[in-house]
Amino acid sequence: MVQIAFYAFSALTIIGGLAVLLTRNVLYAAFFLLLTLLGVAGLFVLASADFLAIAQIMIYVGGVLVLVIFGVMLTHRRQLPGEAGSQQANTILSQNRGDSWSWVVALAVAGSLFTALYVLIFRANFTLLANPVGWQNTTGIIGKQLMTEYVVPFEIAGILLLAALVGAAYLASPQSKNAQDAAR
Amino acid sequence: MQPVDSHLFLLVGAALFSIGLAVVMLKRHAIVVLMGIELMLNAVNINLVAFSQYDPDRLQGQMLALFVMVVAAAESAVALAIVLRVYRHFRTAQLDELRELND
Repeated sequence: MVQIAFYAFSALTIIGGLAVLLTRNVLYAAFFLLLTLLGVAGLFVLASADFLAIAQIMIYVGGVLVLVIFGVMLTHRRQLPGEAGSQQANTILSQNRGDSWSWVVALAVAGSLFTALYVLIFRANFTLLANPVGWQNTTGIIGKQLMTEYVVPFEIAGILLLAALVGAAYLASPQSKNAQDAAR
Repeated sequence: MQPVDSHLFLLVGAALFSIGLAVVMLKRHAIVVLMGIELMLNAVNINLVAFSQYDPDRLQGQMLALFVMVVAAAESAVALAIVLRVYRHFRTAQLDELRELND
């Protein structure tokens, strides 16, 4: 039962990732990224990381993906005003880099990396992986760890998020005319 | 309820990382490149969580994965703001068309 769920979630993850690679529509890529993120959340549950699975869904699906879709919409080159009706589907295309050679090079690099990792994983003979594992509830332990051993990284993460928020708001805000003239 | 063999988690992580690397190398739209980076970060998180199963008292892998998620969220917010700014300036988000430093 667990094995079947694992294979289903990993198929969801890999197929979503491949679809992000293969599709040319940026909006479709964002929705396939949603599939991948949900599959990764399922994999987290199967690795007995329940809190992280919920955090994955809330942060990535609820935050990052919505932000990405906003970015796709805002960087959309407007079509001619006559033909951009609301009835037409939005096709926002991402061109691939260069010609067909770039496919060969990219697939060669990625494929050789995957082969190297595959060989490494099955030859490395981790003694750790022979130990038995069990299911457990991790939320309490993570809470205790955040307040004791990881309290400094926790606070730094808070400051980082504040700085990123301020920086993103400043970068994305439209410049006024005077500021543009002053910059020149 | 037999837990899953951890080698399979590592394998899925390796495949997802390779796919993310291919997306970063191949695509020209800046936002799709960001999606590739997100895929690679997720692959790393799968690895960390898979190894964290064997550390049930301290859960160091899961803590690191949590901080990776926080940093990824901050990174994507700032990166999308920069992409928006670049789009407003050059009227395009295709990376190969950005050839000038000065306007």
